[in-house]
Amino acid sequence: MSSATLKHAAFVLRGNPLTAIAAFATALLVVLAIIGPAIVPYDPTASDVAHALEAPTAAHWFGTDQLGRDVFSRVIVAARLDLAIAASAVVLSFALGAVIGSICGYTGGRVDRAVGRFVDVLMAFPLFVLAMAMVAALGNRVENIVIATALINLPFYIRFARAEVNVRRNAGWVEAARACGDSHLSVVLRFLLPNILPAMAVQISLNLGWAILNAAGLSFIGLGVKPPTPEWGIMVAEGARFISTGKWWLVAFPGLALMFCVLCFNLLGDGLRDILDPRMRT
Amino acid sequence: MSQFASTARRAGRRFVSSLPALLGVLVFTFLLMRVLPGDPAVFFASGPTAGKEEIETIRKQMGLDKPMPEQLARYMLDVAQGNLGNSLTTGQPVSKDLRERLPASLELTFAALLIALLSAVPLGIAAALKPNSLVDHGVRLLCALGVCVPTFVSGLLLIYVFYYLLGYAPDPTGRIDIFTSQPPRMTGFLLIDFLLAGDLSGWWAAASQLVLPAFTMALFVVAPLARITRAAMLSSLGSDFVRTARSIGLPRWRIVVVYALRNAILPVLTITGIVFSTMLGANVLVEKVFSWPGVASYALDALLASDYAPVQGFVLLMAFIFVIVNLVIDVLYGIADPRISIE
Repeated sequence: MSSATLKHAAFVLRGNPLTAIAAFATALLVVLAIIGPAIVPYDPTASDVAHALEAPTAAHWFGTDQLGRDVFSRVIVAARLDLAIAASAVVLSFALGAVIGSICGYTGGRVDRAVGRFVDVLMAFPLFVLAMAMVAALGNRVENIVIATALINLPFYIRFARAEVNVRRNAGWVEAARACGDSHLSVVLRFLLPNILPAMAVQISLNLGWAILNAAGLSFIGLGVKPPTPEWGIMVAEGARFISTGKWWLVAFPGLALMFCVLCFNLLGDGLRDILDPRMRT
Repeated sequence: MSQFASTARRAGRRFVSSLPALLGVLVFTFLLMRVLPGDPAVFFASGPTAGKEEIETIRKQMGLDKPMPEQLARYMLDVAQGNLGNSLTTGQPVSKDLRERLPASLELTFAALLIALLSAVPLGIAAALKPNSLVDHGVRLLCALGVCVPTFVSGLLLIYVFYYLLGYAPDPTGRIDIFTSQPPRMTGFLLIDFLLAGDLSGWWAAASQLVLPAFTMALFVVAPLARITRAAMLSSLGSDFVRTARSIGLPRWRIVVVYALRNAILPVLTITGIVFSTMLGANVLVEKVFSWPGVASYALDALLASDYAPVQGFVLLMAFIFVIVNLVIDVLYGIADPRISIE
């Protein structure tokens, strides 16, 4: 990052303090995800039936669930799993999408058309339904939640990378690299991919929030993560049974955690876009 | 008339060009079925306890002993004839189950879409009329927050507030409460059937059951709709024809609604199509939260019971509906902006 970019970043951050806050909150989330299990006051899976379904108190900040487990500890500990699922799904679809998309954008022709057709087919499904079907087909396990979430994100990355590479493939520096004897593969991997990375970083950040919602949605409907593992989607699903008797904290706190994550990633993505690509501002 | 003809031609062309995608969808669902762990014959037999001979017969019947391409051809033929296999859990043909439950899902989705459009478009217009005002910031905040709330959480919180705390909403399970009798089935859409039967109290019961789930789903899609309306209105309000309309002293509402909005409607239509797809997916979550007897909860129950034929049928149905919706959006395009039809 050159000093001009840093200056621009500082300028944007001054004008848009929300991005700075979002970056800080995201960092906090990551730290919590890493050290969470070590700092929580209670064991997230230890039940204490004498104190089941208690509203938030000083001892249990977020109340307790039907088995007397501490909701606060569970919400904190769940951060690691939820973030890990979403992050690995997004990284997977980013890596695959960037490579496939760049190759399509660079070569064009038959490969491009074939991949385009495949993407069209994927996009013809409502994406959440597609993810459901994938988990059904591959087996009801956490890894498959990651794969399914990655797959439904894939079309966006392929299209994005393809379009970005396509406008650059006849640029002077690409020609220069070719003239210096670089192979096509090396042009794509060493020059074009790094060149589109900043733009893709924005997509990743905007996409993370969506991936978290999707993964939590899948575990909410009973796919992937199994109880008693603390995970936000499944906590909401378990709390759903008690909502019509007024036990709001079982749903509200994991729900708030989800919202908070998504909000942070979205704000961060918007901010990154302003820093990296001021033209795309809305 | 010529406009109608050209719109129809466009729709026809679009339908033909969406055929490869539909074909791909078929192949994809077929492959999904093949990747499924275990032997399909076992699934379609009376259950895991079925005897070896029975499984073998079913394998023959289903043509699973045939080569792959032939199986694919058979599968496509079956789907074309509306044969989607049988459900293990209900013991009925999947196509019959889906047909019975589809109106419930569609009623919910359309109601939600209506609510979302009726609230998002005015919000977007209000924000665009006074950029950077309090209203504008409010709408933007709403949009930023709206996309962050998972549908299953907002649904449950709405139940908590409106059922438990305030007591306005009825017991949030199903399409009508147990005290109301079903209307004679004509369309399957309860709101329409009750009206046709002239049963107003029944209509009210069904409508009040529908409000919470529909609002839950609408909440999730108001944000993208309001955001795009705002952006499109901003650019059309800043254009020359609006300036001209203003300078010749047309009434303000006329400028906004007739001139600016009409020209801003295309991007809103595009996003409506995308949003509809999101809603078809969100149906799964909302139907589970509200025990809504639609196709999504049917497929979900089947999925959790390892009953795969309904899941396959459901996925196919969703993709098909999505293609149809895109077609409808395309036709609406032509009506909203006749210039598009002239190519």
